[in-house]
Amino acid sequence: MTSRRMQVSALAVGVLLLIAAPWVLAPFSITLMNYIGLYALVALGLVLLTGVGGMVSFGQTAFMGIAAYSTAWMTTVMHGSPWLGLVLALVLTALVAAILGAVTLRLKGHFLSLGTIAWGLAIYFSFGNLPGLGQNTGLPDVPPITIAGISLEASGRIYFLIWFLLLVAIWLSHNLLGSRMGRAMQALRGGTSMVESLGINAFGVKLVTFVIAAMMAAFAGWIYAHMIRYVNPTPFDVTMGIEFLMMAMVGGSGYLSGAIVGAALITLLQNSLQDWLPVVFPKSAGQLEVVVFSALFILFLQYAREGIVPFVAGLLPKQAPPRPARAEPLARRSQPTPGLPLLSVEAATRRFGGLVAVDEVSFELKSGEILGLIGPNGAGKSTMFNLVTGALRPSAGTIRFAGQDITPAAQRKIAQAGIARTFQHVKLRPRMTLLDNVMLGTHTRTKASFLAGMLRLDRAEEARARQVAMDDLARVGLDADPYELAGNLPLGNQRVLEIARALAADPVLLVLDEPAAGLRRQEKLRLAELLANLRKEGLTILIVEHDMEFVMNLVDRIVVMEFGRKLCEGTPAEIRADTRVQEAYLGGVA
Amino acid sequence: MTAQIAAFLTVDGVTTGSIYVLIALGFVLIFAVTRVIFVPFGDIAAFTALTLSALQTKHLPGTVGLVAALAALATLLEVIRLARARRPGQIPRALLFYLVLPLIPAAAVWATAGMTLPLPVTIILALALILPIAPLLDRVVFRPIADGTVLLLLTVSVALHFALVGLGLLFFGPEGVRTEPMSDYMVMVAGVPVSGQTLMIMAAAVIFSGLLFLFFEFTITGKSLHATAVNRTGARLMGIRPERAGTIAYLLGSLLAGISGILISPVNTIFYDSGFLIGLKAFVGAIIGGLVSFPVTAIGALFVGILESFAAFQNSAFKEVIVFGVLIPVLMWRSYTFAHSEEDIDE
Repeated sequence: MTSRRMQVSALAVGVLLLIAAPWVLAPFSITLMNYIGLYALVALGLVLLTGVGGMVSFGQTAFMGIAAYSTAWMTTVMHGSPWLGLVLALVLTALVAAILGAVTLRLKGHFLSLGTIAWGLAIYFSFGNLPGLGQNTGLPDVPPITIAGISLEASGRIYFLIWFLLLVAIWLSHNLLGSRMGRAMQALRGGTSMVESLGINAFGVKLVTFVIAAMMAAFAGWIYAHMIRYVNPTPFDVTMGIEFLMMAMVGGSGYLSGAIVGAALITLLQNSLQDWLPVVFPKSAGQLEVVVFSALFILFLQYAREGIVPFVAGLLPKQAPPRPARAEPLARRSQPTPGLPLLSVEAATRRFGGLVAVDEVSFELKSGEILGLIGPNGAGKSTMFNLVTGALRPSAGTIRFAGQDITPAAQRKIAQAGIARTFQHVKLRPRMTLLDNVMLGTHTRTKASFLAGMLRLDRAEEARARQVAMDDLARVGLDADPYELAGNLPLGNQRVLEIARALAADPVLLVLDEPAAGLRRQEKLRLAELLANLRKEGLTILIVEHDMEFVMNLVDRIVVMEFGRKLCEGTPAEIRADTRVQEAYLGGVA
Repeated sequence: MTAQIAAFLTVDGVTTGSIYVLIALGFVLIFAVTRVIFVPFGDIAAFTALTLSALQTKHLPGTVGLVAALAALATLLEVIRLARARRPGQIPRALLFYLVLPLIPAAAVWATAGMTLPLPVTIILALALILPIAPLLDRVVFRPIADGTVLLLLTVSVALHFALVGLGLLFFGPEGVRTEPMSDYMVMVAGVPVSGQTLMIMAAAVIFSGLLFLFFEFTITGKSLHATAVNRTGARLMGIRPERAGTIAYLLGSLLAGISGILISPVNTIFYDSGFLIGLKAFVGAIIGGLVSFPVTAIGALFVGILESFAAFQNSAFKEVIVFGVLIPVLMWRSYTFAHSEEDIDE
């Protein structure tokens, strides 16, 4: 607990220093602090967007600009209050961000980035050309913000608003990252198929993250307009967009405090460059500033991509957080009666162009049994697997799960219906802890929204989800150090961790893609024991596997595929005796 | 709008569009081979125009300094790399490629500065001087992170653009230039006057698209570039060096950008920072082609040119907004037809 107490006292000292600053620092330093705070607010959005979610935006200045112009228009043209301006700023920015996100977030990442550049420019040109917005001269005489009759005109006063908003934003972001939706955000970098297999709406999470980042830029833009008291297009040029990105990345993208560190460093660097460049290059200082900045950023991206905060954090002594207190685990669903049909595949066919990978395959899976799907290489097992889990859609045929037709359903919906899967090539989040990785599995069983996560209204549910994850880690034998990073586990244990994540979803059907691949003999035996225990608990399991010994000793029934068709099915003993199977595997009985 | 005006706008649009075609093809070429979205590509076009103008007005173009500085930097990096890898035997070759070859056109321009040269010679000099820039930038900036994600490369590329714009202002100054027209030929097509310059621009677009197509279909080098684009590791196993393929792509791309810069400068006034907008508009065309298809890219770039021309007539203040606004429906279309292409995994 001492480590936590130290953190809290360090935080308290930091906040006290911030409060004391206006009485201690010179006015110029306070102005500098104001800029740092504003820029950090924008950079914070980028930390969430880029560092956590893996999306790069060059257009944060455009969002800042929309907000600044909205509030300037509201207060100077419409003579409304700055608070009305804030409402308009937030609504407009959210709308533009949502439209831009909606059309680009389904595409590969760089389309979003290019979209933000193009839109950043389009919006920038609009500011200079829209008739009601004062064209290139801009809107002067923006009133200062007043709170309860106190005007925040002086830089020593607006300072408090800026840093208060920044700290609140950091607190909300911190809460968010430790919540259900925050985990989903961190999972985004693992690729859509993993995220969707957990029942998470990847597109939705991306979109909300994008809008949240835009909102932070909007708050900064709103304050900026009322701080400078004047709005024109120049500050919202795309050039500034890359500076914000630089702040977020230099500070350490993925770390919330990186936003402040990055904003402070870049702002101070810019300030000192403006001081000494004219001394060294009296004629061309202005041009060189952007060159020096860009060159430094490129060097940074080439050699030190991690950023400052992770580097410093690596030097500090680490202390694992205490094991979570016991809580009531999440309610489990009732498993269907054993022996009744659970999954039925009827004449499923999948074509890739002229190739028929799966050709009218039918089989049935009963509740409470383990079914093995085997076949030589190229038999269509993996395609079949993808059809069942919704990663691919069948060209013909139907797939029913628990009486429901899931043929047209999206992967996410299938996951929500109670089918959990693992991957042949392990898909975990290597930088997240074992506990967080497994908690990702509970996504479909929990409800907390982005807002609930930010405001810590999810704590009870979160404790129950954590308990589920702890229990599942214990069940697979990985509970020794729940705060270990998943990337530090050996491959065998990573496979087991994936199973724990699948179990955390409380599935009706567990679908495993070659779970024994790459495991040592002892590990295989343990895995077989685990799966047999799960069967005892009433779980139904479908296994695609190459390892005959593993399959034969474990499963109840086997379906054999060859050349996309079903060859036969039966108990392991029947399959072993089947001459067709022997032919398929051994190339004909001599 | 009368038919006459529409015809006039179409000719104008096709002219601008042809310029975008050249640049957009270069974008797709470089992206396919190196996965770099080379944002400074428009700057290369603008720098060519500025170089040509300097030659015509008998000034020493700033490009000489830029090329010399980049060549020195690239040579330094390459020599350090070879020395570290204990392969000093390759240093002379590195000196030849990274120092001597780029400096030849620079020296030629230096030597002829102030002389009155015929137009074709100035054009060739300007092109020769521009060609080494992108391959040298590739060596200095992109090769250390060649295996990074597309997003990382894009971020670096945007930063590089801003560095180049700063350098452009430093080397060329803030004044805009317009070069001498290359011909005063004029012909009436359907009641619309079409200048020789316009015809040359259109011809260049057609000829160079055709040459690019022939290069990819019928030469071993073209095929090795294509192979690198499809699968870097596979190409390497077949004895193709991705770095070399990248250099060729940058050279070809720069040639296209350089030609478009030379063709546009008698028509439009070019400033040190004009490249960004030209490049980004060409880029909209490349996005229509999904950054993969050359023919669709060409059609897309033409479409952008025509759209810009009509937009400028309808509402000149908002022509940029309209051109970039068209990205939204384009991306929407791509997002629904290519939704499955999305699978990015980092770390």
